[in-house]
Amino acid sequence: MSGSLLELLADVQIREAGTGATTCQGRNEAFCPGFVIDNIGDYVSPFLEHVLLVIGSVLIGFAVAIVLAILSHGRRWLIPAFIGTTGVLYTIPSIALFLLLLPITGRGTLTALIALALYNLQIIYRNANSGLANVPGSARDAGRGMGMTDRQLLWRVELPLAVPEIVAGVRIATVSTVAIATLAIFAGAGGLGEILYNEGIQRDVFKTNIVFGSVLAIALAIACDGLLVLVQRFAAPWRKARAL
Amino acid sequence: MSAALLAPGFLGSFGGAFDFIFSERDSVQGPELQVGGLGQIWELASTQIAISVVALLLAIAIALPLGLWLGHRGVGEFAAVAVGNAGRAIPELALIALMVAFIGTGNLNVTIAVMILGIPPILTNAFVGVRQADRGAVEAARGIGMSELAIIARIELPLAVPTIMGGVRTASVNIIATATIGSLAGVKTLGDLILSPNVYGEEGVIAGAIAVAALALAFELILAAVQRTLTPRGLLLQRATARASA
Repeated sequence: MSGSLLELLADVQIREAGTGATTCQGRNEAFCPGFVIDNIGDYVSPFLEHVLLVIGSVLIGFAVAIVLAILSHGRRWLIPAFIGTTGVLYTIPSIALFLLLLPITGRGTLTALIALALYNLQIIYRNANSGLANVPGSARDAGRGMGMTDRQLLWRVELPLAVPEIVAGVRIATVSTVAIATLAIFAGAGGLGEILYNEGIQRDVFKTNIVFGSVLAIALAIACDGLLVLVQRFAAPWRKARAL
Repeated sequence: MSAALLAPGFLGSFGGAFDFIFSERDSVQGPELQVGGLGQIWELASTQIAISVVALLLAIAIALPLGLWLGHRGVGEFAAVAVGNAGRAIPELALIALMVAFIGTGNLNVTIAVMILGIPPILTNAFVGVRQADRGAVEAARGIGMSELAIIARIELPLAVPTIMGGVRTASVNIIATATIGSLAGVKTLGDLILSPNVYGEEGVIAGAIAVAALALAFELILAAVQRTLTPRGLLLQRATARASA
């Protein structure tokens, strides 16, 4: 009885504090929809930060990966060097990479963007590279027969035919990045890690935020994946989207 | 000490971190707690190694037979691929946070959580590896009267070794990364250095990151050696010839 009285008092106190608290929050139940609805505004900026980290790092990783793939396409001896270097980076756990960059780029968004872009770079480069290598010789011969130069062959035949594999790489990279970017909080870059860690684990393991933060991260990953499936269909209409 | 040998600026921070690894010092909170030094690093690392090795072996024990069997029967392609995709979408931090909130802390829980993120890449790669195994070789094995189990064990598994080991290596990275964050769930791994700057200081944080990276690279090198040992010589020769003629 005294327990429920204390609970009641705690509730009243929280209500009076004006945080719009509901009973289930005071009891730290598995998920308290009332709390989320009352504080929905507090989730917006971590979510947007997260989206920006993902979009920014995928764009940077994509741009660098395509440049590297085009560079190594004509100079095949570069491929093992590029794959080796990016592979070592991929082996380093993301949380360690974030913190290893701290002394160089400081706490904040820049560090997180660089670390995430390095992961994206590795995944997209691999796919771009194998996409270019898998272009059928007959397509190349046909281009040559039409009198294309090396440059025309690359832009009009090889790159378009490699698009499905490149987009498949972007898909894998994006989905992984949505997950990894939750760790950006330890590099001082915000994102959904703020809800999971600062507002979840560190707030006496506040379950509502841990559940809602996880749901937001996974929902974002699924949404990105779906969006990129559409991109895949749109970018290579002659081939049905296929990705492993 | 060793920090003085390094240039000022950011190299100084790394120098300080190496100093932290090799020599003890007062914690940020005062001299009653000593932190740093090889002894402490090794203590934290050995916990992380123990959890990671157990979790990796468990993940292999669960995912490999399942992936091999599904691949051999050619069923469940959608499921095998979907598990792999889902594994990428689950944030390590969310998994550990959910575990702390609903299941509890401690070695056993962390090991299980860590193992969960090791399963998807091994399962998917075992499936794909078996599907890609030369059908001619499988038919030949069936023709000389091998049992289905023998075909899996002696034909498909060896042919799929490079793909499977690719999955195991991805799993190993996932596992070491997640075990690092296991510090949030009351297990003192190297992540403790990273996640408690108020005890170990900035230099301890960087030292932790260096140690975690070194551990992951060590696992990678060992697994690469295992892969070389397990890959059938015929496959290696085949690849070498393919490369030479390309």
